Amino acid sequence: MFRFIAARLMQTVPVLFVVATLTFFMVRLVPGGPFDAERNVPPEIKRELEAYYGLDKPVFHQYLDYLGRLLHGDLGPSYKYANRSVNEMIAATFPVSLQLGGMALGLALIFGVTAGIIASLRPNSALDYTASSISMMGICLPTFVLGPLFILVFALNLRWVNASGWFDAADRILPAATLGIAYAASIARLTRGGMLEILNQDFIRTARAKGASSTRIILRHTLRGGLLPVVSYLGPAAAGILTGSFVIETIFQIPGLGRHFVTSAFNRDFTMVTGIVIFYAVLIVFFNLLVDIVQIWLNPKLKF
Amino acid sequence: MCEPQKTDAMPLLQVKNLRTYFHTRNGVVRAVDDVSFEIEKGETLGIVGESGSGKSVTCYSLLGLIPQPPGRIESGEAIFDNTDLLKCSTAELNRIRGKRIAMIFQDPMTSLNPYMRIEDQLIEPLLIHEKTGRQRAVELGVQALKDVGIQDAAQRIRSYPHEFSGGMRQRVMIAMALITKPDLLIADEPTTALDVTVQAQIIELVKRMQAERGMAVIWISHDLGVVAGLCQRVNVMYAGRVVESGPTTSIYRSPKHPYNHALQKSIPALQPKGAELYTIAGMPPDLSKPVTGCAFMPRCEFAQDICRAPVELKKDGPGHATACTRAQRGEINL
Repeated sequence: MFRFIAARLMQTVPVLFVVATLTFFMVRLVPGGPFDAERNVPPEIKRELEAYYGLDKPVFHQYLDYLGRLLHGDLGPSYKYANRSVNEMIAATFPVSLQLGGMALGLALIFGVTAGIIASLRPNSALDYTASSISMMGICLPTFVLGPLFILVFALNLRWVNASGWFDAADRILPAATLGIAYAASIARLTRGGMLEILNQDFIRTARAKGASSTRIILRHTLRGGLLPVVSYLGPAAAGILTGSFVIETIFQIPGLGRHFVTSAFNRDFTMVTGIVIFYAVLIVFFNLLVDIVQIWLNPKLKF
Repeated sequence: MCEPQKTDAMPLLQVKNLRTYFHTRNGVVRAVDDVSFEIEKGETLGIVGESGSGKSVTCYSLLGLIPQPPGRIESGEAIFDNTDLLKCSTAELNRIRGKRIAMIFQDPMTSLNPYMRIEDQLIEPLLIHEKTGRQRAVELGVQALKDVGIQDAAQRIRSYPHEFSGGMRQRVMIAMALITKPDLLIADEPTTALDVTVQAQIIELVKRMQAERGMAVIWISHDLGVVAGLCQRVNVMYAGRVVESGPTTSIYRSPKHPYNHALQKSIPALQPKGAELYTIAGMPPDLSKPVTGCAFMPRCEFAQDICRAPVELKKDGPGHATACTRAQRGEINL
């Protein structure tokens, strides 16, 4: 197991290198630079700024500098926020996205898995169709529809919670629910499919022939195999959900990482974009590794 | 509810007029159509017939293992120890299956749960039915594995099914079925998926376990040879009905029903070497179309118009019964 994890961590090095290289050059291919938008900057000051950030050097030189700092875990200074490094910015905003994403993921798992199991117990019954159509709606409704709808109903009409902001616990409810519903819907469908697949296997008939109760059949015989598709889905989904959703964070005015990512792209904040992409890549690699470990634990046919 | 019925000297299991139909989009498939039989304590009953003749569905119906829908038990009763299995609720059935009636299945590769250790599956009947403590149950499980001839049982019980061969898995299935010392074992083609040497071992194993424990066995098979060596009585099924029933010797030595006769003739080993292989012409009937008379009539070399009339299984010798109108009238001698 240790060797498996070590080998997988070694594989992440080339992945991150490729990601860093591609992003580094791709953001620079976009027309414009970080200081173009500031009006009335005298040419000499702009030159000073570029010299300060090393942007006057040849691009390949800049690239080597960047890689050198990256080796020490330094993502460089932000070009847009003076005196703040990308590391600091991520450290300040990621916890917010993490909290939002964690709550959304928790909600999504609880409701998604429960709905999926209920639907799988009586396939093609009214209960199944209800659960399946609700989850289909959840998949189809984009968050930018659902979010404003929730604000309209729960904040503006019912006045239960604030319409936006990120101050007290009640402010977490609407964004977490909006983000969670989309994932809950997918999880419900995957759970239903996975459970039905296992419930139709011969060994479930064996369990029934042994006199096992339905509860026992679900919990002991079906769940472990039935949740495998959900687990594979959770890897990339978790990385996405935890790094925050730009849409959700914009609708609800949440100071998270997702919003920074998009604004920095508009601002041509090169280091910020590259830094967040690398951070995102690390998370995806981490969650995929986690998923592989959980799958090996769930499925005895797989080995380290 | 399964009402206890007070009758003395009843057989262990008495099945009467069982009808199991599948309601599919293409019509009603009469998979089991008016089947009656009984089995005494400690007896071995063979059920033979080709694929789709209703052998397995008969036994699945008894234990409530028919997927419903589309399956439905239309009529009949199955009295097991004064209880009608067909009228039991799932909870009541759960007290009987795995405890008093156990079952082993055709394909040992798919009948064990790949996500659970052998240990957990093997001792499950003890945990469910006998409230045995886990530690004691594991001891009994190791003993059960030894009894079916698995070496290093104490270590191997911790394995997963994919670490076992097919024959080994069927041994595990048998150990699991017998761990609660059932009164009746239903074996649904347990050797079909195994190669011949392993088949022989499994048959010997079931014979030995039966001799040691005195349980009754229903052995479903399409292999006439296996059934001949194992069973005291045989039911021959065709198109969802029992067409001939009797002691093994008379079923094999003096078949009365033309279908059974044709089956015996198509066993290559019993024919002179070099003789052309006998086959029954035609195909089994489509069970979604109702048949009033003898279902074998279209393929039968003795068929006459009278065979279109309804025919029932009638006693025609000691313990022997045939469902052939012409045989019943003494018109054909095979």
